Amino acid sequence: MIKTIYPKGKLVAKTGNEVMAEAMRQIEPDVVAAYPITPATEILQIFSQFVADGIVKSEYVAVESEHSAMSATIAASAAGARAMTGTSSQGLSLMWEMLYIASGLRLPLVMAEVNRAISAPINIHCDHSDTMGARDAGWIQIYSEDSQEAYDNMIQAIRIAEKAKLPVLVTTDGFIISHCMEVVEIYPDADVKTFVGEYRPERYLLDTKRPYTLGSVALQDYYFEHRYLLSQAMKESKNVILEVAKKFKKTFGRKYGLYEKYMLDDAEVAIVVIGSTAGTAKVVVKELRKKSVKAGLLKIRIYRPFPAEEIAKDLAHIKAIAVMDRADSCSGAFAPVYSDVVASLYANGVICPKVINYVYGLGGKEIRTEHIVNVYEMLERVASGAEKPSNNIKYINVRES
Amino acid sequence: MSLEMIEIRWHGRGGQGAKTAALLFAEVILATGKYIQAFPEYGPERMGAPVQSFNRISETPITIHSGITNPDYVVILDPSLIDSVPVIDGISKNGKVIVNTSFNGKEIAKVLNICANQVYVVNASQIAVETIGKNIPNTPMLGALVKIIGNLNIGCVLEDMRTKLVAKFRHKPEIIDGNIISIKRAFNEVKN
Repeated sequence: MIKTIYPKGKLVAKTGNEVMAEAMRQIEPDVVAAYPITPATEILQIFSQFVADGIVKSEYVAVESEHSAMSATIAASAAGARAMTGTSSQGLSLMWEMLYIASGLRLPLVMAEVNRAISAPINIHCDHSDTMGARDAGWIQIYSEDSQEAYDNMIQAIRIAEKAKLPVLVTTDGFIISHCMEVVEIYPDADVKTFVGEYRPERYLLDTKRPYTLGSVALQDYYFEHRYLLSQAMKESKNVILEVAKKFKKTFGRKYGLYEKYMLDDAEVAIVVIGSTAGTAKVVVKELRKKSVKAGLLKIRIYRPFPAEEIAKDLAHIKAIAVMDRADSCSGAFAPVYSDVVASLYANGVICPKVINYVYGLGGKEIRTEHIVNVYEMLERVASGAEKPSNNIKYINVRES
Repeated sequence: MSLEMIEIRWHGRGGQGAKTAALLFAEVILATGKYIQAFPEYGPERMGAPVQSFNRISETPITIHSGITNPDYVVILDPSLIDSVPVIDGISKNGKVIVNTSFNGKEIAKVLNICANQVYVVNASQIAVETIGKNIPNTPMLGALVKIIGNLNIGCVLEDMRTKLVAKFRHKPEIIDGNIISIKRAFNEVKN
């Protein structure tokens, strides 16, 4: 029999999109501006129904494009409102220039993002190309393995954004999580509202008693300083994220960190992965452990800020590591998560592990347990010295010719 | 994958409610105290086109998020799919197929080219017409599936279903009773 972790929690069967909308209902932001897009449509559709039914007092702004959605969310936040939006794929791409403005103005927006491939060819299914493309935009990026994490991450995101004064996006894997019904523990409205608290911005444009300028020009003399401060804020937000996680654990009982270690501490071979595939890989790790293979896993939850020192420390003892990217940089070299992991290891003096880059699952291509078993088998051969590690990206489940 | 996990694949036609059946099944099985997953296959959405949806049931948390390729149970809402879709693809040796049909199990087994003891039949369309008043076989098929899986509590299922239907059709009690009766009848009438 399943039990709740939080005594006042309630178990429901809901999809990733439904729980993200549920979190938004409980947070009840002042403004939501959005232009729905597959597979994130339902989040906004359900939320706009809450508005229409008078269940929430939020203002819903139905705009004519994602560029306008982000612009309206930025404007609402600058005015002093708690503001949220949601999008996916091409929608996030169309927001691109405004994403940088949200972070540059240090506005604490929260976005529900559903990971989907980028055209062309047209594809509606999951990969991480959309948010990886926004990885330098100055947004905190939180990835969710399943619907429970999506719900919990949304609740934490509001507090993180407002404390760090940075925009935050929370993602789920398109269709795999966004449209998959699972068991999720929902907390009572009042308890979520208490956790997120009231938003009291330090400065805001509608504060007529203390007028100030937002979005001014800063040329050679001060632009760099603004961007330097943004970069520092991103680095320091790690502590904010951990503080909020600590409070979340204390309140609702679920533990979150910058990343999750799964049977990693005594592992000899390990996979680094983001999102729903971590869950599938956990099944493989469990099976391999039964066969005495010292397999482990590191699931990145917070991709921006990147937990460089922490990851380097926790991977230092691993003999062979596979970093699995669900996006390809098309850089002629390596994919984004691999580049971050290897740079983190090297910069922190960790040079022993052999690290291989795998790219998988673009456009929703299936990633099954047998594919992950193959990765661990390769890692074992590399760890034992039987095979030299590849210095090129290895592609999983793709027709290469 | 593991022994304690049950994997199910539903076959229907666009508009027949294969997706709804999987979602509804997951919801009522949660009421029996088990972990669940339900997800449809997403492709072009056309009325009448073959569609699939899936369920996982487990006593322990389900972390796997890949598709289901070797189902333990296959539920066929529309028997005409047997001719055009590889409905028994990947089914395990002990896997079971439940078909909405007026034919008997032996006749269906012959067409599917599998062992007769793997095949179960129920005339869900007829039950639906007689109880709900419309040919929507997905609700009665839930009852048949609960019966064949075996270790699920039909009492919990019916109770949870009634709660959900009452919330949705407060002003149409005949719909609530019709659906509940259809599940009970399919539960009792499904046979080898």
